[in-house]
Amino acid sequence: MKSLGNIRRAFAPWTDPSAKPFIAFKNVTKRFGDFTAVNDLSLNIYHREFFALLGASGCGKSTLLRMLAGFEQPSSGEIVLDGTDLSGTPPYKRPVNMMFQSYALFPHMTVEKNIAFGLKQDGMSKDEMAERVSQMLKMVKLEQFASRKPNQLSGGQRQRVALARSLAKRPKVLLLDEPLGALDKKLREETQFELMDLQQSLGLTFVVVTHDQEEAMTMADRIAVMSHGKVVQVATPAEIYEAPNSRFVADFIGDVNIFDGKVTAASNGAVEISVESGFTVRTASAETPAAGAALGFAIRPEKIRVTRAAPANAAVNAARGELWDIAYLGDMTVFHVRLPSGKTVKASSLNAQRSVEDPFTYDQEVWVSFAEDGGVLLKD
Amino acid sequence: MGIFASRFYSRLVIIIPYAWLLLFFLAPFFIVFRISLSTTAIAIPPYEPVFSLADGWSGFWEKASTFSFDNYGYLTDDPLYFNAYLSSVVIAGISTFLMLLIAYPIAYGMAQAPRTIRPTLLMLVILPFWTSFLIRVYSWIAILKPEGLLNQLLLSLRIIDSPLIILNTSTAVYIGIVYSYLPFMVLPLYSSLEKMDGTLIEAAQDLGCTPIRAFWRVTFPLSLPGVIAGCMLVFIPAVGEFVIPDLLGGSQTLMIGKTLWNEFNANRDWPVSSAVATILLLILVIPIVFFQNAQAKAEERGR
Repeated sequence: MKSLGNIRRAFAPWTDPSAKPFIAFKNVTKRFGDFTAVNDLSLNIYHREFFALLGASGCGKSTLLRMLAGFEQPSSGEIVLDGTDLSGTPPYKRPVNMMFQSYALFPHMTVEKNIAFGLKQDGMSKDEMAERVSQMLKMVKLEQFASRKPNQLSGGQRQRVALARSLAKRPKVLLLDEPLGALDKKLREETQFELMDLQQSLGLTFVVVTHDQEEAMTMADRIAVMSHGKVVQVATPAEIYEAPNSRFVADFIGDVNIFDGKVTAASNGAVEISVESGFTVRTASAETPAAGAALGFAIRPEKIRVTRAAPANAAVNAARGELWDIAYLGDMTVFHVRLPSGKTVKASSLNAQRSVEDPFTYDQEVWVSFAEDGGVLLKD
Repeated sequence: MGIFASRFYSRLVIIIPYAWLLLFFLAPFFIVFRISLSTTAIAIPPYEPVFSLADGWSGFWEKASTFSFDNYGYLTDDPLYFNAYLSSVVIAGISTFLMLLIAYPIAYGMAQAPRTIRPTLLMLVILPFWTSFLIRVYSWIAILKPEGLLNQLLLSLRIIDSPLIILNTSTAVYIGIVYSYLPFMVLPLYSSLEKMDGTLIEAAQDLGCTPIRAFWRVTFPLSLPGVIAGCMLVFIPAVGEFVIPDLLGGSQTLMIGKTLWNEFNANRDWPVSSAVATILLLILVIPIVFFQNAQAKAEERGR
């Protein structure tokens, strides 16, 4: 099978059936009164994995993280960490540490004391503690801020203190709740790469909760897309993006065009669909759906070409329309093409060259077309 | 608005509280202090010298030269005053500590209560103020006296065989002070506990603290400003308290407020009672000033 996208590193224990999961959620349900935050959820996370829980607010991702930390107890089901059932273990006895969204730094303590907090609680010797703290300060490059109080630090510095504090005890798993949410865009992007490097060099398991799909895609080995207390899809960022298993995931991650239609022909791993927008889609498919079945077809904007001339084979995967909007974003240009049916197709093209001869203008008649392997079928 | 005008207004804002202090604190204090330097006289007012504009400058200086610190010397001669000061500070100190012990759990419970019922709880704390302070203290007599409600209850429950003597003892004074001033301890504690970020406790637990350890390492240190404000708020008036020891403490309890009242009303010795008042003020103000200085310095170091 052709691989989807670029696999970041040769690390994929989830493809190995003999690999033992490090963290396992087994049929976990969490109810708050009438509200079911997490609904019969099962999920495996592997050792040294950078795992992201992604979803809109209220989807249960934070509850899942808080159950792992021990702040919430599952209503049913069990959570196993490194072979040990965590049920009934209070947060202060779990070998996991959490980096809070608000950082939750102790305002009455200096940076140094904040980092040493957990070590002191464990009764570590003074010398050892001092060494660990200075090691942590060095790791987050805050050596000269050791005796400052949290309110004398910038947002980015506080984030680093929180990170150092949660790593000081060398937990088996680091939980990060929206770790970069309070940082501005530039700093956030830098910090994403720092977190990845840190996770690699420490060899720890990171579980991060985020609502920011770009953040999840940048950092995580695998992403669990959550909705209404359930995991909709667990896969690598490339799989999630290129092969979403549902309309929800396709729509939630990145930009997408979804065409609905009915199967007209299916054979030899190829399916033809007559879509409501008035053209025929022909796409590769492992399954052979029955003729007449209602299906959706999802295709990303960058997989769609916009041309003035009709493509070589205009019978399938091509439609004529009017160029409705052009948005120049610098690195790429986004086109909105209005089809005769009224449907707007989003297409984007990379601005690989600095200048374009005869650029597109508004209200031109254009063709949109795409390759047979450009999109995926959606069953729901 | 011009810069000068804006500067004028910003000064004005600062001047108002200072003017208030000058008019209602410093000026009365100087009047009291001036009387404390005088001698008693059978006259109206009952001390001399009394200044009058008719004296002119020379008369003023002549009279002012009779000022003396004899009254302060008198206070040191008679151990009554030293004992009264000491016992006032001790009673106020113990009461403050008792209030802290009682008020902290109350304030903590209020701060942990669901947000919707917090205003009701706050209301309940303030509710006693709707009845006159004097009536509330008087009603403690009815509760504490030998044939009072408390003894009747304990006797009927056969917990005791003979009535407890509480009224007119220092126990009654402690009960009265703790009861009367408790809201002043609860409110600042509540306000400092209420705004505490709950995730700090979670963070402490996450880093290995049991709930009790988390309380002592995080909650309590962070509530210290409230603890200090509450202690000040109850300790200062409790030291000078007159009504409670007079009504509940009988003749047994020695407190400086009562001594002062006796000097002023029974003995009609305004100069000595003014000296008592002046010393009382110094006893209270000096530690506060030192404390605030230390706090400001600590704050400075933290920066």
